[in-house]
Amino acid sequence: MQADDTQGYKGESLEVFEKYDFRVWGKVKVTTTRGVFEGTVLPRSENDDDQHIVLKIITGYNIGINIKTITDIVELGYSKANYKIPEKAFPYSSDKPNVKLFGTGGTIASRLDYRTGAVIPAFSPGELYGAVPELADICNIETEKLFSVFSENMGPEQYIILAKAIEKEIEKGTDGIIIGHGTDTLHHTAAALTFMVQDPPVPIVLVGSQRSSDRPSSDAAMNLIHAAYTASKSDIAEVMVCMFGPTSDEYGFLHSGTRVRKMHSSYRSTFRTIGDTPIATVRRNSITKIKTDRKPRRSDKNVRVNAVFNTKVSMLYYYPGMQPDVLDAMVDKGYKGIVIVGTGLGHVNKLLYPAIERAAEKGVAIYMTLQTIWGYVNMFVYDTGRDLMSKGIVPAGNMLPETAFIKLGWALGQTDDIEEVKRIMLTPVADEITPREPYDGYLVYQGGVPEVDEFVKNFRK
Amino acid sequence: MQPKEIKNLNYLKTRQQIGYVALNDASYADYKRIGFMSGLEVHQQLNTSEKLFCRCPSCILQASNDYHAEIIRHMRPTLSEMGVYDGTALMEFKTKKEITYRINKSTACTYDIDDTPPFPINREALQKALEISHICNFDIVGEVHITRKQYLDGSIPAGFQRTAILGVNGSIDLGYKKVNLIQLSIEEDSCREISDIGHSRVYKTDRLGVPLIETVTAPELFTPWELKDAAQQIRLINRLSGNSRDGMGAGRQDVNVSCAGGTRIEIKGVSHNKWIPKLSHNEAFRQWALLNIQKVLQSRVDKDDWKMSYCEIDIFNYSEIENIAKNCGQLFNKVVAINLPHFKHVLSHFTQPYRDFSDEISDRLKVIACIEKPNILSSEDIHNEITPNLFSKIKLDLNANIDDAQIIIWGPEADIATALETVEERCLMAFDEIPHETRKAFANGTTMFERVLPGADRMYPDTDSVPIPLKNEWIDELKENCFFNLGSQLNMLFEWEVPIDTHFYLLRNRLNQTIDNLTKYGYTHRQISCIFGHRIKKLHKVTGFNKEFDFSKTVELFDFASVNNLNIDFIKEVINCAIRECNTDLIYVANSILVKLEHKFSISEIVMHAENVASTINNQIDQNCLTNWLIGQVKPNSLGAISLSKLSELLTSQE
Repeated sequence: MQADDTQGYKGESLEVFEKYDFRVWGKVKVTTTRGVFEGTVLPRSENDDDQHIVLKIITGYNIGINIKTITDIVELGYSKANYKIPEKAFPYSSDKPNVKLFGTGGTIASRLDYRTGAVIPAFSPGELYGAVPELADICNIETEKLFSVFSENMGPEQYIILAKAIEKEIEKGTDGIIIGHGTDTLHHTAAALTFMVQDPPVPIVLVGSQRSSDRPSSDAAMNLIHAAYTASKSDIAEVMVCMFGPTSDEYGFLHSGTRVRKMHSSYRSTFRTIGDTPIATVRRNSITKIKTDRKPRRSDKNVRVNAVFNTKVSMLYYYPGMQPDVLDAMVDKGYKGIVIVGTGLGHVNKLLYPAIERAAEKGVAIYMTLQTIWGYVNMFVYDTGRDLMSKGIVPAGNMLPETAFIKLGWALGQTDDIEEVKRIMLTPVADEITPREPYDGYLVYQGGVPEVDEFVKNFRK
Repeated sequence: MQPKEIKNLNYLKTRQQIGYVALNDASYADYKRIGFMSGLEVHQQLNTSEKLFCRCPSCILQASNDYHAEIIRHMRPTLSEMGVYDGTALMEFKTKKEITYRINKSTACTYDIDDTPPFPINREALQKALEISHICNFDIVGEVHITRKQYLDGSIPAGFQRTAILGVNGSIDLGYKKVNLIQLSIEEDSCREISDIGHSRVYKTDRLGVPLIETVTAPELFTPWELKDAAQQIRLINRLSGNSRDGMGAGRQDVNVSCAGGTRIEIKGVSHNKWIPKLSHNEAFRQWALLNIQKVLQSRVDKDDWKMSYCEIDIFNYSEIENIAKNCGQLFNKVVAINLPHFKHVLSHFTQPYRDFSDEISDRLKVIACIEKPNILSSEDIHNEITPNLFSKIKLDLNANIDDAQIIIWGPEADIATALETVEERCLMAFDEIPHETRKAFANGTTMFERVLPGADRMYPDTDSVPIPLKNEWIDELKENCFFNLGSQLNMLFEWEVPIDTHFYLLRNRLNQTIDNLTKYGYTHRQISCIFGHRIKKLHKVTGFNKEFDFSKTVELFDFASVNNLNIDFIKEVINCAIRECNTDLIYVANSILVKLEHKFSISEIVMHAENVASTINNQIDQNCLTNWLIGQVKPNSLGAISLSKLSELLTSQE
């Protein structure tokens, strides 16, 4: 029996295959102590147990059969599922902007294989057109799959490849760039690209889908339409994240790549600009700017790409009672840069002081960011803060912890000179440190208050 | 309200031609003639405290205007395996509906609006559903796989329903016939629709996620009456299990009907079993009528050569249209006249009582093109009285032949293109197919088009949940605890001559054995059944049907009465008193009544005392009246010690 014929089955359930001689995709009649079941044997997910065999019954439902109850299995037929994504030629029109879509592995558009339930990512222009035909009304799309990794597996190596690929496209004269990306680390990649690809002449738009694209109510198609519109039509030539504004299918937000953060594990409206307003709202065929000081689209093909990253950078999320050995361990392991995520205005306990001094003496760049997410580090308010600064910790303003981590890796990729690193870190490339925080940059309303409830009711979420 | 009688001659003629008979006049032979075939999908909510996949309370209802937030979603079709859009998907996509959900904080959470993945399945619901599966003789699966079933109408915000098979190959007995059951599934209920007007559909999310079971019968019910009996029987089993929710909307049926040469049509959401016979009867005849239309059209023209033509008309020249169209309640700025070649006497062909073929078109205009009704006038209109020459100019403009028929449709300009496609599509279907549809039921027994019937391909595994193994021991334990043979239990009640109105309560609470045990005190089964089925039921009701009720207290009361030499009148009085005081502690109530009784006197002393009283009264009094009065005097003190008939005998003889 070939491995294919028992796909995903192991241990005791695999023995059942041998005993009764049937195959995955075989049409079988299973006699058990609980009755007779008929259906097609499906592959089993490898993480599931070895006590059950999965059948798709005629009504389309799947059921599992306990192998301990099986008294006989007869294979009556065989029909292997064969999946193929339907391709429809993406219509090209010379009067429409040309947009390049880079794939990293997240499935912004996909179709479903009904028999296995597997989600097959739609990626080629033809597949995309099949899934979201509206794209053809906006632009011409060319696609390139750079990697096939989940969001959590994106890292410095991928940032560098991506930055260089973008440079090449810009030099070729594309009208805009879209990057399809899983949502978990979308904002890390957005920050990395902001630093690595500076002053692009065209929009660079990162997009994903928060609720999987195989569901009819997915945010994927709308995000993709918004991203395509932004990449091809907007006059904002920056690295931006384009995701749902409210959880409703109403409009998307364009967020600055360094100020955006994923704030909910599953909500559609998970991406929020922190400590500022988003750049703009985007609908199917319009962009409404919220901020007017953005870098405009240009007709040249110039871009400054500086794709470097020192991976010896880490983050330390402070907790009460933290012992100095964790910091010592990082230094001993050769880390050159550490972003501390401190409490309140930027504090850690006294126990860490010796470790911080030791790290600073060894030339490790240490930056302070905030667990509060919102607000500025201010280490002058309390003596503790002053002590910490005197020991070598540099306050990172209102830079988000994730952004600070990415920027420190990028800075240390350019130089070992601790002063030069400090200059790079504290000189904003985009919005990673803003000179001021608008009063509406921090809006986290709490339900239950009558006026908030009224607002939510009248203006939708 | 019954519509006014239709006098259109062609409508009447075609009705006769296809041999339509009214439900009450139909015989078995009529159903055999048209090949009536039907099956059921019975949905029943379970009485759990929480929803199926989240921890929101189950079944707290919300008024349509009682909401805290609204969410908007659009449903996008996904491509089928063959690279084409599934029919339902395509239709829903054409309609371009904006779906709004009204959310009340107390009944829905972020799971309900698909902003949070599912929580583990509600074990209470799973157990209750498995118990019912056992009663219906299903083969229980070894592992439950949560599956997603796509719904693009918006009734579920995710666009799919989470559902899972618990059992296959079950059966029920109708007494005269065994009916096979294909499967039983557990699933989450959908949203309740508030409105569906034009391009906007509004739902509320209170019912969403409530656990329900769906029992599917094989298509082997061959008359509307068998169909109704099967529905009743499944409903009875669900309710008798004690696991189902009662009340409006807790149980709903989808009825599948076809006639010979027809197709499976699903009549959705039939909320009353009494509607089933008429709905299924009319649907089978509708298909029978559509088959006749096919014959008529095929004899006139080749489908491939058929092409409709149309032209826009200026409404100001047709005040008659304006008057009718004005009632449609939505803005319209385009009116189109369409010529349907060879459709003469087809538009007014009978399909259902009060409905003709033009209604088939009108339904689709409403659902697919989102043009509210009235949305059509036909040259052979059966609903509106139109002047004969209204269509004569139009016929000229459209170059119509004598054999043709015409319709006029109207609506917002943006919807007219879809409307024209819809008309053409439905007319072409009339040549050789009965469209696969789900249809909406009306109280008068007719139905209208609701959606294209989705294919079986819309199921796929839920990637958010893992399979749930069902341990053999648990399944066997459930079977042992809940299995009871409904037929034999029911027969027992008939044998005991127990009043029918108590059957449901007694069976639901599994009281047959208790009743049988209590006959040791010398009462008949019937007497004891009435105590439970009438009085105890009332006590149960006043203390709350939804609360656990301890029937052992009633058994204790019988014991108590026996020990104290008291008869059934005492038991009745104790329960009556318990009902008044809303107290389920029957022994406490019994004791408090007992201390008031004057059994310290013997019956003869009581009677003597009564007669002494009587002697002081006017002795001209009628003897019967006197006896009755005496009984009234004596009864409170003799409660439970002597029956009224005995007492009456005693008093009469003493006089």
